[in-house]
Amino acid sequence: MRLDSKTPSGPVEKRWDNCKFENKLVNPANKRKYSVIVVGSGLAGGSAAATLAELGYNVKCFCFQDTPRRAHSIAAQGGINAAKNYQNDGDSIYRLFYDTVKGGDFRARESNVYRLAQISVNIVDQCVAQGVPFAREYGGTLANRSFGGAQVSRTFYARGQTGQQLLLGAYSALSRQIGEGRVEMHPRTEMLDLIVIDGKARGIVSRNLISGQIEIHLADAVVLGTGGYGNVFYLSTNAKGSNATAIWRAHKRGALFANPCYTQIHPTCIPVSGDYQSKLTLMSESLRNDGRIWVPLNKGDKRVPDQIPESERDYYLERRYPSFGNLVPRDVASRNAKNCCDEGRGVGETGLGVYLDFAESIQRLGQHVVRERYGNLFEMYERITGEDPYKVPMRIYPAIHYTMGGLWVDYQLQSTIPGLFVIGEANFSDHGANRLGASALMQGLADGYFILPYTLGNYLASNKLEKVSTDHPDCKQALEQASVSTKKLLAINGKRTVDSFHRELGKIIWDHCGMARTGEGLREALQQVPALRQEFWSNVKVAGGPEEFNQSLEKAGRVADFLELGELMCRDALERNESCGGHFREEYQTPDGEALRNDEEYSYVAAWEWKGPNQAQELVKEPLNFEYVHPSQRSYK
Amino acid sequence: MSNQIFMATSINTAGKSAGNSIRRDLSFYDATIGKKAVMAATGVILFGFVLVHLVGNLQIFLPPDAKGIFKIDEYGKFLHSMPAVLWGARSVLIAAVMLHIWSSISLARMQRRARPTAYVKKNNAHSTYASRTMMLSGPIVACFIMYHLLHFTGGQVHPNYIETAVHHNVIRGLQEWPAAIFYIVAIMLLGTHLYHGLWSMLQSLGVSHPSYTPMLKASAKVFAFLIVVGNISIPISILLGIVK
Amino acid sequence: MKLTLHIWRQRSTSEKGRMVSYEMADANEHMSFLEMLDVLNEQLIGRGDDPVAFDHDCREGICGSCGFMINGIAHGPRSGTTICQLHMRHFKNGDELWLEPWRATAFPIVKDLAVNRSAFDRIIQAGGYITTPTGNAIDGNAIAIPKEDSERAMDAAACIGCGACVAACPNASASLFTGAKISHLGLLPQGQPERNGRALRMVQIAQEETFGNCTNIGECEAVCPKNISLEVIARMNRDFLRGSFLWRSGSGGDGG
Repeated sequence: MRLDSKTPSGPVEKRWDNCKFENKLVNPANKRKYSVIVVGSGLAGGSAAATLAELGYNVKCFCFQDTPRRAHSIAAQGGINAAKNYQNDGDSIYRLFYDTVKGGDFRARESNVYRLAQISVNIVDQCVAQGVPFAREYGGTLANRSFGGAQVSRTFYARGQTGQQLLLGAYSALSRQIGEGRVEMHPRTEMLDLIVIDGKARGIVSRNLISGQIEIHLADAVVLGTGGYGNVFYLSTNAKGSNATAIWRAHKRGALFANPCYTQIHPTCIPVSGDYQSKLTLMSESLRNDGRIWVPLNKGDKRVPDQIPESERDYYLERRYPSFGNLVPRDVASRNAKNCCDEGRGVGETGLGVYLDFAESIQRLGQHVVRERYGNLFEMYERITGEDPYKVPMRIYPAIHYTMGGLWVDYQLQSTIPGLFVIGEANFSDHGANRLGASALMQGLADGYFILPYTLGNYLASNKLEKVSTDHPDCKQALEQASVSTKKLLAINGKRTVDSFHRELGKIIWDHCGMARTGEGLREALQQVPALRQEFWSNVKVAGGPEEFNQSLEKAGRVADFLELGELMCRDALERNESCGGHFREEYQTPDGEALRNDEEYSYVAAWEWKGPNQAQELVKEPLNFEYVHPSQRSYK
Repeated sequence: MSNQIFMATSINTAGKSAGNSIRRDLSFYDATIGKKAVMAATGVILFGFVLVHLVGNLQIFLPPDAKGIFKIDEYGKFLHSMPAVLWGARSVLIAAVMLHIWSSISLARMQRRARPTAYVKKNNAHSTYASRTMMLSGPIVACFIMYHLLHFTGGQVHPNYIETAVHHNVIRGLQEWPAAIFYIVAIMLLGTHLYHGLWSMLQSLGVSHPSYTPMLKASAKVFAFLIVVGNISIPISILLGIVK
Repeated sequence: MKLTLHIWRQRSTSEKGRMVSYEMADANEHMSFLEMLDVLNEQLIGRGDDPVAFDHDCREGICGSCGFMINGIAHGPRSGTTICQLHMRHFKNGDELWLEPWRATAFPIVKDLAVNRSAFDRIIQAGGYITTPTGNAIDGNAIAIPKEDSERAMDAAACIGCGACVAACPNASASLFTGAKISHLGLLPQGQPERNGRALRMVQIAQEETFGNCTNIGECEAVCPKNISLEVIARMNRDFLRGSFLWRSGSGGDGG
């Protein structure tokens, strides 16, 4: 297979305009003759469903939550970037483009990133018009902050709940369309399979999570906005329900999966407290502006923090990176924390944590200033750990929170299956090997509000789509397969619960394909994961029956997919013999311990093609060209 | 200015969709908020009456004039000298009571429909006893009012009723301790009703502001307390023989 | 830590439910309440019993999925906290806990502690939005919005739609939820054109969904995990009354 990214020609700043002009349009009167399925109702799916319905298409939207308003976009705290230059600090579309390509460690497509930067400006306007209560200055204009080490203030925010407010904006637009009868909403419904007829995506197989009924829904195109796959790790900052089932089953129907090993670790999460831990909670990175990160100088030092004198503390980020200090990028901060813990200098009961200390700031600024800046985060920390961070240093540890990889899409956001479009975190498109802070919300909304509605129209206008019915043999086959595999899971009746398999898988992936990877570790994981998968299919115990509200069954299906996806992540990581962004191979580092890219050999997108059960996927490469931002080595010294 | 800009966008879509365009099948009084507004408005009228009534009644404590005529008897005569005004006021009060009761009954019906199955275990996180028992204090006070009318206005349940001899009627009526106790209990329930109702009616009418609400809540409590103290002082003074 | 749990078990909407008691021997003070239930469920699955169904997703207090009654209080004893962020250190060894689903006609029980809250969606569909199709927006800074208004709108917009307000209200009223959305949009200039009609429609649908009326007692405010104030209900009342008086039949507009 050859991958065609369909990147338009011309100077980068004209490409999206050219593309929009060249794209075919659907006659307004004909739009209502087309139907579109949107799976997922987060920032990407929700905004796409609402916008497509506004344009006049018949939309069916699906989400597994009880209402579209609960999609996991809701948990994003920090903000959304837009190159508005409201602060007059030298920001521009080109600068946001440049920062994103560089931040992604030169593993993203320039054309896509430029388009994202262009559209960022419209997104904020759209959200304001919808009533998103962004923070304001006293004069009534929009407030901005600098985020994630960016040198300009281009991040718009609504307290620490930006994701929630943007999602409620998209949800309200979607609700209006549902109320007007233009979107048929299916909450508590999960996609189990993609229906491909004559090589084109024509529908999905779904399971109603309340009744357990498995059904077919057909349409002229299918859009997946189902989020990332961070939950392969079991412990992540993702919601418990976040899953890869939709994209994974589409992958098994022929959509290529790109860059699965690019996962992002967030350095400031609350550490694990025990085996029962079900998820990790992220705290805004802004804490690093005033908190100082340290561990005891000597390993095995179990004294309480205030008993450790200054001379026996190691402020390791300040020591190693004098100019950036505690504000080094996420991946650098995370890896250093891991190294300290690996050396036996970690803190807390589990030894997996480092201190984030505000004592010095409280002394310098006063407790009231610290409270004003971080009060809600301190409260959250106290609520979860029972410790008061005004008195005792916080303990933090890195956790998985975003996946840059996803289904491969071209410039039109179409996957390798015609008629299957993938948007938001579910695709691989814009962040390369590492995502900048406050860019996830931007990408989800750019895809859903402003890109997909144009490119989907082009697909519908340029293809003649025959009418299909649920009697089609391909529909029947997909339906049958979904119901057989559900029954199979229930029939195993083994000894171990789904969660115990998931936990074990998560540990394997975290240990070998997490913050730092080695060829040896990855090869080990590639032995362990298939063995675990085999055990799963012979020894899992799933409670309840197929035709009822069965949360145990829902989990089982998702974990079955993670067991396959986890293996692919390890293969991709093993194949990529370089370090870049979120992918750090210990063998490939500079003498200072920084990521060492290999642009000669690895400047490509690794897209994997499914070859059938228990067969290795095949690697297809899409070469990356950098005409505007030339690859250089990152340095934070 | 901003309105015009956003209006333009809504006109733009008006042609496309008819689905959700303004529908209003619910008349003002059919809506719960409408009924609550009626309860609040009638509540204001009834509270006004209670206040005036109390001020009138406190004249019982005034001594008779040189001719031996009690102030309160004169006040009674004065009210009866204007039958049009008296009956006008009475009609307004009767209408207010009817509306107040009728609205509360129909709201209570909706509440039962809203939660037919009770919790096995239910605790209260915040609310006052007074606020949760409005549907108890209300009907008891209503019964008391009926009794009170038969007691002092009609005289049917009074042991020795003399038309226009207000002072005598009150003293004689409340010297019977069961009547006095009922009077005291009912006033206290009226107090709890007002304790919540006086603030609640402002909320129902949409009056709320962080700077004033605490003050309004506090004054509601003070008024409720004054109403209780003022009214109870009468039977207690009579029972103790302070007023004869 | 040992606990006795009395949990409402109900197989489906149509079947009858009852309280079932469980001994929980392996609770630990660092667990969240839901993690404690995870442990119970692992044990139930191990014994071949049906695990307890409850809604949950983000487990960081923002998605609004979780929520049930613990000893008769929505989201349990700690104020301003959803159940997923409630930790076992707030309970003590030997405690007896009653867990019940939200109860309201408008929230039919799906299974055990999970209820169907789509009535909330229908209230939003009736008017909880600003009509502004994609691509119509003017520049974000074209309208100055006073910081205070924006902050107040944000206070109301913090609602997570969990349903605790309905559950705690003796009348199963959705006034805090509806009022929060009406206030969020009504406080912003963008929300003015549709303000009157929005209040009329949303109030009407809330009533049609069989939610009860507000008696201003404040239980909702006390259990709201996002501390939304009763003031939003006063605002809803005001907008409704205003909308009612300004209404012109057949105008098709918002009467304002």
